[in-house]
Amino acid sequence: MSSLNSKLQDLLGWVDARFPLTASWKSHVSEYYAPKNFNFWYFFGSLALLVLVIQIVTGIFLVMHFKPDASLNASGVPVAFASVEYIMRDVPWGWLIRYMHSTGASAFFVVIYLHMFRGLLYGSYRKPRELIWLFGMGIFLCLMGEAFFGYLLPWGQMSFWGAQVIVNLFSAIPIIGPDLSVWLRGDYVVGDATLNRFFAFHVIAMPLVLLGLVAAHLLALHEVGSNNPDGVEIKKKKGADGIPLDGIPFHPYYTVKDIVGVVVFLFAFSIVVFFMPEGGGYFLEFNNFDPADPLKTPSHIAPVWYFTPYYSLLRAVTFPLFGIDAKFWGVVAMGAGVVVFAFLPWLDRSPVKSIRYRGPITKVMLTLFVITFFILGFLGTKSPSYAFFGAIPGAPVAQILSVFYFLFFLTMPIWSSLDRCQPEPDRVTDK
Amino acid sequence: MKKLLTILLFAPLMAFAAGATLHLDAAPDRSNDIPALQRGAKTFVNYCLNCHSASYMRYNRLHDLGLSDAQIKDNLMFTADKVGELMRTAMQRDEARIWFGAPPPDLTLIARARASEFGSGADWLYTYLRTFYRDDARPTGWNNVVFANVGMPHVFWELQGEQVMVDHKLTLAKPGKLTAQEYDEMVADLVGYLKYMGEPVSEFRKNLGVIVLIALSVLFVFAYALKREFWKDIH
Amino acid sequence: MSSEDTVDCGRRRLLVATATAGGVAGVAAAVPFVASMLPSERAKAAGAPVEADISKLAPGQMMTVEWRGKPVWIINRTPEMLATLRKVDDKVSDPKSDKPMQPEYCKNENRSIKPEIMVTVGICTHLGCSPIDKFKTGAESGVEADWPGGFLCPCHGSTFDFAGRVYKSKPAPDNLEVPPHVYLSETKILIGEDKKA
Repeated sequence: MSSLNSKLQDLLGWVDARFPLTASWKSHVSEYYAPKNFNFWYFFGSLALLVLVIQIVTGIFLVMHFKPDASLNASGVPVAFASVEYIMRDVPWGWLIRYMHSTGASAFFVVIYLHMFRGLLYGSYRKPRELIWLFGMGIFLCLMGEAFFGYLLPWGQMSFWGAQVIVNLFSAIPIIGPDLSVWLRGDYVVGDATLNRFFAFHVIAMPLVLLGLVAAHLLALHEVGSNNPDGVEIKKKKGADGIPLDGIPFHPYYTVKDIVGVVVFLFAFSIVVFFMPEGGGYFLEFNNFDPADPLKTPSHIAPVWYFTPYYSLLRAVTFPLFGIDAKFWGVVAMGAGVVVFAFLPWLDRSPVKSIRYRGPITKVMLTLFVITFFILGFLGTKSPSYAFFGAIPGAPVAQILSVFYFLFFLTMPIWSSLDRCQPEPDRVTDK
Repeated sequence: MKKLLTILLFAPLMAFAAGATLHLDAAPDRSNDIPALQRGAKTFVNYCLNCHSASYMRYNRLHDLGLSDAQIKDNLMFTADKVGELMRTAMQRDEARIWFGAPPPDLTLIARARASEFGSGADWLYTYLRTFYRDDARPTGWNNVVFANVGMPHVFWELQGEQVMVDHKLTLAKPGKLTAQEYDEMVADLVGYLKYMGEPVSEFRKNLGVIVLIALSVLFVFAYALKREFWKDIH
Repeated sequence: MSSEDTVDCGRRRLLVATATAGGVAGVAAAVPFVASMLPSERAKAAGAPVEADISKLAPGQMMTVEWRGKPVWIINRTPEMLATLRKVDDKVSDPKSDKPMQPEYCKNENRSIKPEIMVTVGICTHLGCSPIDKFKTGAESGVEADWPGGFLCPCHGSTFDFAGRVYKSKPAPDNLEVPPHVYLSETKILIGEDKKA
């Protein structure tokens, strides 16, 4: 036993002389000091990584059976659509792998939105973590691209018309727009060429960029250290050994804690996969069980839930400006609605980071913003003529809320500096 | 604050409000009723499969319903030679386009595709198959309550009889071979089968789900104890 | 290595030259990749004109044919339908078809060659969905109480009249496109081509 142990030590020494294995393990895991007061909101970072792994692994196995081919088979069904049903029925356990992947897509956005909301709550984007936030925004954009490209692949009605609508958004750009959208599709309509290139983006291009950004996100985090629910810098108070007094090694403390989070997450994930894989029509849209028909738009089309808040922003603009069509400004509003998050580090002027020590204005504004985000998201799943309780028309509500959506960000420098904040403590408070 | 957020998180999911409504009758649940599903399968191959295909469904998948290869071959297979084949239709797509204006849709996934905010796909089918009525303005002579101006004629008219629309209400003008109750039962069996065919694995999926959740619960106990043990040191 | 305050001009010039040449080479190398995403010869060839037989198209009915993967509608408009066009002239955003959404020979009050036969691409000019025919009038149409009949796009609610003209303050910026087409005979239309030059 001891000789085996010493042999392993020798092997580790051999590796360490050639590759910084032990050093990397120490700097990123066993001697990475994280604040000891992380609460439940801090699970979502590691969970995002878990979902990424689930998506990559299930994705690899789906690619073994999926065929990105829009031509019709002998039964008159597009080959791509039929190959998904082949996975669901003929491939042993294919249904499970496919449901994990489709549920994983929604789970990814649930986790990422909660992870971002954590940032908003505790000011995690503030100096010195601006770059972590920007890399995170890059991940978010990539993820949206990944989800959009992936959604076309089953080649159902929603896949087809969703892609048709989104690609046509680019045609709103003056002058180059129409040619740009033809270039994106590779055809005059969404077709086989589009399906094949979206497949390439979904399985190769986007995942590569995503992995690079995740690495950058984590490296930047480990350079400056984690924020915490009190928003105080633990590196300001170090012990004689140079270790932050409020810091504890990530391993074993947060590894064992995150395992608990992982199990709880998998429990919720399994409930969806095994008992409600369609997610009530929000995770797998009902129309997508009909194969794509380029001649017929379904009577109600809506993007998947994670895009609907921005889709509402798009629809809210119904008037032309500066001689350019409403369509173009709708696209601008939608893009701005996503990208505006990237400016948070410079919009927030509060003297403290965490919501715990910020005043009533911030709490009210953030609450209103969350409500706005949800209502816009809800209206985005509905047809434009939707009315609440059949009486309050949704379209003007969406327009008013869209204005607030942007006001929240644009006026943030004012209200965040006006707010009555409490003093931050010197050390983190125990929880 | 936390409570408020929790409420906010789930409020939109509860805020279902009325738009244009479509009233659907709830389809009786047949998911664990094997004899009913077998009857439904028989109705399906006798009536539906003449024009519609179920081109992702293999005949031998019907083993799920307790049918042997021999039973499938003798009683249910009219369009294929081998039990491993897919449920294709004998009708040519081009001919179908001429007869009906559009080829009849594949029915494998119909129970999943017809789900909407108004009810499940099974509810839609159950209502649809029972609400055909006479309409001389239509080329087929038939119209439908939930699917206005449908291209499909009423294939069960001999069984159900002929309904007519009087003052926005359906009444049975000519009775068919079955009583109203027998007809509803037959349609319920067929819809049960269509629902099964939409996702044959669904019952197994749910049973497996229970096992997975139990296993995760056990894992949770260990993981939580492990976390407690390590975090004793942290003050 | 030169220190910070002394600049080796010879090296700098070479650096700039190499970077410029390398940059040009890089851009040149990107061209084939970017261009490879344009429609292929096969996709271009698929845009051939199609023939439609309208002999069985009854007044008040419409049919759909596929051209370049898009639905092209042919509508046989009744006199009542045509009459609605004049009533909505002030409600549509481009009543005189001033924008080039149709060939010259269809730039008239009915946007068609023959008054009753409308030929149009059934793709909404907003984001490319295919509008749904709402030929029933009034509240029964489910569109609005005084609906004169026309088309409704399910995606963002744009409405069009029987000539494919878009109503004001709707998301779609333009009228539906009228494709180039020509009558080969009384009942045969060739879609995708004008009179041969």
